[in-house]
Amino acid sequence: METHGFAFLAPWLVFAPLAGLLLNILLGGWFMKQPWGERAIGAIAATASGAAFIVSVLLAYTVFAGHGEVARWTLGQWIYIGDLKLDWTFRLDSLSTTMMLVVSGVGTLIHIYAIGYMHEDVRFKNDIPRYQRFFVFLNLFIAAMMILVSGDSYMMLFVGWEGVGLCSFLLIGFWYDMDTLGRSSWANSNAAKKAFITNRIGDFGFLIAGFLMFWQLGSVHSFQFDQVFAAAPAIAESNPVIIVLITLFMLIGVAGKSAQIPLYVWLPDAMAGPTPVSALIHAATMVTAGVYLITRSAPLYTLVPEAQYIVAMTGAVTALFAATIAVGQYDIKKVLAYSTISQLGFMVAAVGMGAYVAGMFHLITHAFFKALLFLSAGSVILGLERGHHHLAHHGHGHGGHHEEVFDPGDMRNMGGLRKTMPVTFWLYMIGTLALAGIFPFAGFWSKDEILLDAAKLYPQVYALLAIAAFFTAFYMGRQIWMVFFGEARHEAAAHAVESPAVMTVPLMVLAALSMLGGALNLPAVHTLGHWLEHTVKVVEHEAHVAPWLELSWGGFNPYVALISTVAALAAIFISWWIYGRNPLKAGQPDPLKKPLGLAFTGMENKWFVDEGYWFVIVDRYVDISRFLADKIDWEFWHDFVHDKVIAGTYNWLSHIALNEVADQKGIDAFANFLGKATQWLSGTTRKFQNGFVRSYALSVFLGVVIILGYLLLK
Amino acid sequence: MSIDLILFLILSAVAVATALGMLLSKNAVYSALFLVLNFATIAVFYLLLGAPFIAISQVTVYAGAIMVLFLFVIMLLGAETLAPSKVLRGQGLAAFILAVVLVAETVYLLLFRHAAVGAIARPDAALNELPALQKIGEALFTSYLLPFEITSILLLVAMVGAIVLTKQEKGGQK
Amino acid sequence: MVDISYYILLSAVLFTIGAAGVLVRRNPLIIFMSVELMLNAANLAFVAFASMHNSLDGQIFVFFVMTVAAAEVAVGLALIVQIFKSRHSINVDEMNSLKG
Repeated sequence: METHGFAFLAPWLVFAPLAGLLLNILLGGWFMKQPWGERAIGAIAATASGAAFIVSVLLAYTVFAGHGEVARWTLGQWIYIGDLKLDWTFRLDSLSTTMMLVVSGVGTLIHIYAIGYMHEDVRFKNDIPRYQRFFVFLNLFIAAMMILVSGDSYMMLFVGWEGVGLCSFLLIGFWYDMDTLGRSSWANSNAAKKAFITNRIGDFGFLIAGFLMFWQLGSVHSFQFDQVFAAAPAIAESNPVIIVLITLFMLIGVAGKSAQIPLYVWLPDAMAGPTPVSALIHAATMVTAGVYLITRSAPLYTLVPEAQYIVAMTGAVTALFAATIAVGQYDIKKVLAYSTISQLGFMVAAVGMGAYVAGMFHLITHAFFKALLFLSAGSVILGLERGHHHLAHHGHGHGGHHEEVFDPGDMRNMGGLRKTMPVTFWLYMIGTLALAGIFPFAGFWSKDEILLDAAKLYPQVYALLAIAAFFTAFYMGRQIWMVFFGEARHEAAAHAVESPAVMTVPLMVLAALSMLGGALNLPAVHTLGHWLEHTVKVVEHEAHVAPWLELSWGGFNPYVALISTVAALAAIFISWWIYGRNPLKAGQPDPLKKPLGLAFTGMENKWFVDEGYWFVIVDRYVDISRFLADKIDWEFWHDFVHDKVIAGTYNWLSHIALNEVADQKGIDAFANFLGKATQWLSGTTRKFQNGFVRSYALSVFLGVVIILGYLLLK
Repeated sequence: MSIDLILFLILSAVAVATALGMLLSKNAVYSALFLVLNFATIAVFYLLLGAPFIAISQVTVYAGAIMVLFLFVIMLLGAETLAPSKVLRGQGLAAFILAVVLVAETVYLLLFRHAAVGAIARPDAALNELPALQKIGEALFTSYLLPFEITSILLLVAMVGAIVLTKQEKGGQK
Repeated sequence: MVDISYYILLSAVLFTIGAAGVLVRRNPLIIFMSVELMLNAANLAFVAFASMHNSLDGQIFVFFVMTVAAAEVAVGLALIVQIFKSRHSINVDEMNSLKG
């Protein structure tokens, strides 16, 4: 079993983070009382996550040494009902180990960052004991995510899927008793509920897909990937509607988890969670679970091009739609949130088109640079918090208190931070260039691959994505100019303080990865492509290709790259023209507001999608609930059915029918009859008990004669 | 009609007659004496059936010990006759009817379910001899050892009980 | 040899006479004697069957019945003596204090 060298370590993907969280649950309370306690908790959590990373590396090596052959490790029996036999099996192939590496690698860096970030966050929010809980949740997330990516069946994947959903809920609502500004309110817990409920709609779709799979895939009765994929082609032949339904219901699940139209609305609100959470869960790992699911289900999707087209269009429309909203946002994290939705749209479009390698490539690079951006944004926010704190405590000649609520995440409060936070500025720049797709950063290579595939396969998808890429570069440029250039628009920004090394060092690692990540799948070499080919068999489409796309330098088309690079540079230039040339002054409205008018209002207000959902769904739901509660439940059920019909009938029955008729005349009479009959019987039979032994003997003799007679006559 | 049958009929006539005599005698002493005679005839039946040990026991235990005890008590209590009583009228008639029915049932049983009780083979001549007695002894002291021992305890208990019941309290009744 | 059914019939007749004696006589001593007669009738049936099956078990059972009868007579007569002492009568029809 040399090729399966380290497969036995697979359970430790889950056990290591679980061990970390158990340690922190059991000992955390004691740690928190020690002066070094916070660091110990963080170190345990980060070590647990790091152990998972090391296991992932070993497992990836195992798969590599086995030439991409799938290795499995079964922990035990899970569900055995009738024909259904499901084991708890870890599946190790090039796809799952890639995901493991991304999740645990980025996850570990974010754990380290969070040690520093949460140390200050809990102090600004005045609830230090909650530090412990954060790392417990974070480790739980890693465990759940590992189950998701390592499962060998849709059922196990679903367990992880729900697990990460739960962690997302817990961490969005981490500061459940306040809003993002630290004021006492239920805003954060409402955001958590919104995420959870929206995800529930998606999970419902996933479940239906699972039911269909179980019901329709004939004799298989299994959720095991290989068995499902083996059974699918026959069904696609005889009844393709089934596969279309399965894939589309799965798409609903993907839309929920990976924040695609129409279920993306939870992700911007999810920014209520602490920034490391936004980076880990809502940018780098969990939200890519949907992309992973489609890639994993590639054998199903390739059977039905119609569904593939719908997936690709969903992704492309989401990419453009979210990118436009990002342009009109002022909150630094909200911009990144919409950017994440947009980039997820790129990935979904890619895997929808069948460009699985490109999608996974972008997933990986995006995990690097979006985590970098989020964490840098967190650094910026904390920098402003520090400045604000400094002002509030040391008075600044104002004498008055800072009564007005200060939003450290609002870009209109920033400006000129490149001087006060130089390290963060450079890190942010790298992330921005990577996201905007500037050569030679990671985003350039991965996004270009998606665009090239789109241009070859679906021109309309290419058009949407190219415009989205333009907007991407624009809103990132706008952010850079607003945050780091110009003059400070708030005193807190002027006094912002750079973050400590525990936060910046993980950022530097991520920055390096963002710069060099493109090397994973360089044209002509296609390392990642060959690696994933072991798992995801790419089917070449016989598409009619325009002549300018036929030019290929080892799978690299210079025209496509040129178009996107020019577009990105142009977008950055325009953003400079608007925001950089004449820096925003404090209190000044966004310069785009006037020329764009209504369109900008739409972007600013997220195209009123939330309000629309609220109006179409939530308000109607409340109306129906109120109607049901007031009219149906109270007036009809309670007042009429219960009080009048049931209670009235019952009263009538009990008073008239039961008491006077049945009870007195029936039951009483019967009871009296029993008593009287007993009396009569005893009065009669006591005569036999006369005390004369001869009389008793006669009875015995009579009995003997009768029994013998009975035996004879029988 | 074989000699065996004649003997049997004579003996059984004696047995039934003595039993009826026991039943109908006014005087309890006569009843006891009739019963002794009855037991003696039954002892002869035992001999005819090839059970000499039981026959001897019958004579010694029943006709000897038990009936002597009865006679003692009858004479001790002076209970030879009792004054007639009017209680439980109809008891005699009912008993007679039931007795007739029971006999009728038995006769019916023997006549119409005859298959259950076939003719008995002549017992081995050996049964009336010493080895048979030896066999009884062996059986009593091997397979029936436990009941045999318990019987001895039973007799002891009966003895003690009889003594306790009839013992005169020194200080009279409390 | 006489047919076994004659013995059984005799046994039944004796048993019935004993039973009738228990029912009709008022003297407890004669009732007792009737019980002994019934026991003997049963013993007779036992021995008859033992002879038929050419087995000793029936005889041994009769032996046990005899010993039990002896014990029973000893205790029973002691009881009768005791009753006579306390009531100065042994008429069973005068003893009905257990009536319900």
